[in-house]
Amino acid sequence: MTAFIVHLAILAGIYIILAVSLNLIVGYAGQVSLGHAAFYGIGAYASTLVAMSWEVPYPLAALWAMLVSGLCGLALGLPTLRLKEDYLAIVTLGFGVIIDLVIRNLEITGGPDGIVGVPTPVILGLSFRNPLLYLLLVGLGVGFSLLFTYLLVNSYHGRALKAIRDHEITAQVMGINSPAYKVAIFALAAALAGLAGSLFAHYIKHINYESFGLHTSILIVCMVVLGGMGSILGSVLGAIILTVLPETLRQFQSYQDLIYGGLLVALLVWRPQGLLGKGKLSLKFLERKE
Amino acid sequence: MLTLKSLQAGYGQLMVLKGISLHVRPGEVVTLIGGNGAGKSTTLRAISGLLPVWRGQVEFNGQDLSRVPAEQIVGLGLALVPEGRRVFASLSVLANLELGAFHRRDSRQVRADLLDLQERFPILKERARQPAGTMSGGEQQILAISRAMMARPQLLMLDEPSMGLSPRNVQLVYDILRELKEQGTTLLLVEQNARAALRLADRGYVIETGRIILDGTAAELQDDPEVKRAYLGKGYREVWE
Repeated sequence: MTAFIVHLAILAGIYIILAVSLNLIVGYAGQVSLGHAAFYGIGAYASTLVAMSWEVPYPLAALWAMLVSGLCGLALGLPTLRLKEDYLAIVTLGFGVIIDLVIRNLEITGGPDGIVGVPTPVILGLSFRNPLLYLLLVGLGVGFSLLFTYLLVNSYHGRALKAIRDHEITAQVMGINSPAYKVAIFALAAALAGLAGSLFAHYIKHINYESFGLHTSILIVCMVVLGGMGSILGSVLGAIILTVLPETLRQFQSYQDLIYGGLLVALLVWRPQGLLGKGKLSLKFLERKE
Repeated sequence: MLTLKSLQAGYGQLMVLKGISLHVRPGEVVTLIGGNGAGKSTTLRAISGLLPVWRGQVEFNGQDLSRVPAEQIVGLGLALVPEGRRVFASLSVLANLELGAFHRRDSRQVRADLLDLQERFPILKERARQPAGTMSGGEQQILAISRAMMARPQLLMLDEPSMGLSPRNVQLVYDILRELKEQGTTLLLVEQNARAALRLADRGYVIETGRIILDGTAAELQDDPEVKRAYLGKGYREVWE
């Protein structure tokens, strides 16, 4: 039982990184991405391949995963982020499908079978074979992601991002280069997803395309929406709930999807802004608007 | 200071501005009046780089603006108060003001300008920590104008500053604009509320379906029978007297 809880905690940690990073794109830059799992996958394979081929120390492999995912985010963001939201959603959806197909068909990624035997991280002679220790490593990753995101959104640049989200044209008139900001935030979010991918690959040991498809992308979007767009804490909560809930509902197997779906519908009816949507401030003026 | 020569622009295939020529000299208050869909806002959008210039020229202090991206315009000394105020609703009043000076690097002077504005409009200080979206329409317009002033513009452009405001708030906003005028700020004022605009302005242009159909001093325009009929409205006393 304890082992199961630790396993869930590790997965929840990885999803927290994914949800928090997607929240940067959705909640702060005001863009919709339906391909976040692609960057997660790119990070997982990048980290695995570099660790297996050159036996680099784990921190370097994780950094490499972030770099590769971040660069892919940059490459996708540069030509596409001038698009309006719904078009961007389609492009990112397409990107997710492409990456899924590439992973499935390349020899270097092991084709549809994936890669077995991803090495266990060893840092300064300490092996993270023990799941409890691995949980600590994931905790470090989560801590880093949360701190980074928190500092970013509360900085000078974070304020510019919020201005873009509130009203993009006005932000531009103020001299904020909104396309540049959007590309930058997209790349940073992709890099964090890469970190999550790396942590996932070296934990689960056997990776294949199934973990990084459209289903995962949508799950991450659900976490962000459930928790409330634009709220870091909300994304954390959303990730935990949507990792733990499906597992706990397993006892009521035949009713699982019903309960799970019902809860989501109920949430969207009664709290469309998500559990912790946009923080205390906006709640006040939502009431005012009505 | 600002010169438009046969400016053409539009959306997609649709040409909205069919050749606009106008100029603004330093220290002047110039107004562009016209009805709905005449191309007033489109003109400001084209000057601000928010819309591509199809043909013609936009010159500011001798520099061609037609290829300058929107986010660099403010750095050249042109600030815009957008239509419908458009404060950043979820950000605090203070953050809104600071964003007005986003492109400036002289942080000490920015600080001083901020304090000046807060002194002039105490509401900006009282509500500094409150989200801008919780302010009333008139207060938001004060904030939007102050935010644009934080850019220290040489030319301030305003897109229908009286839109959606109560008569009392319109008066308030125009009192502020008059104050700016007296301090020597150059203004380009786009308005549907021709009466208020012509009372403040030195000169004016009348725009109709993408063309300037009339221009002259504010006094001339106020006395023009066509302007009276079309823009000053039936309530304009002299028509009925």
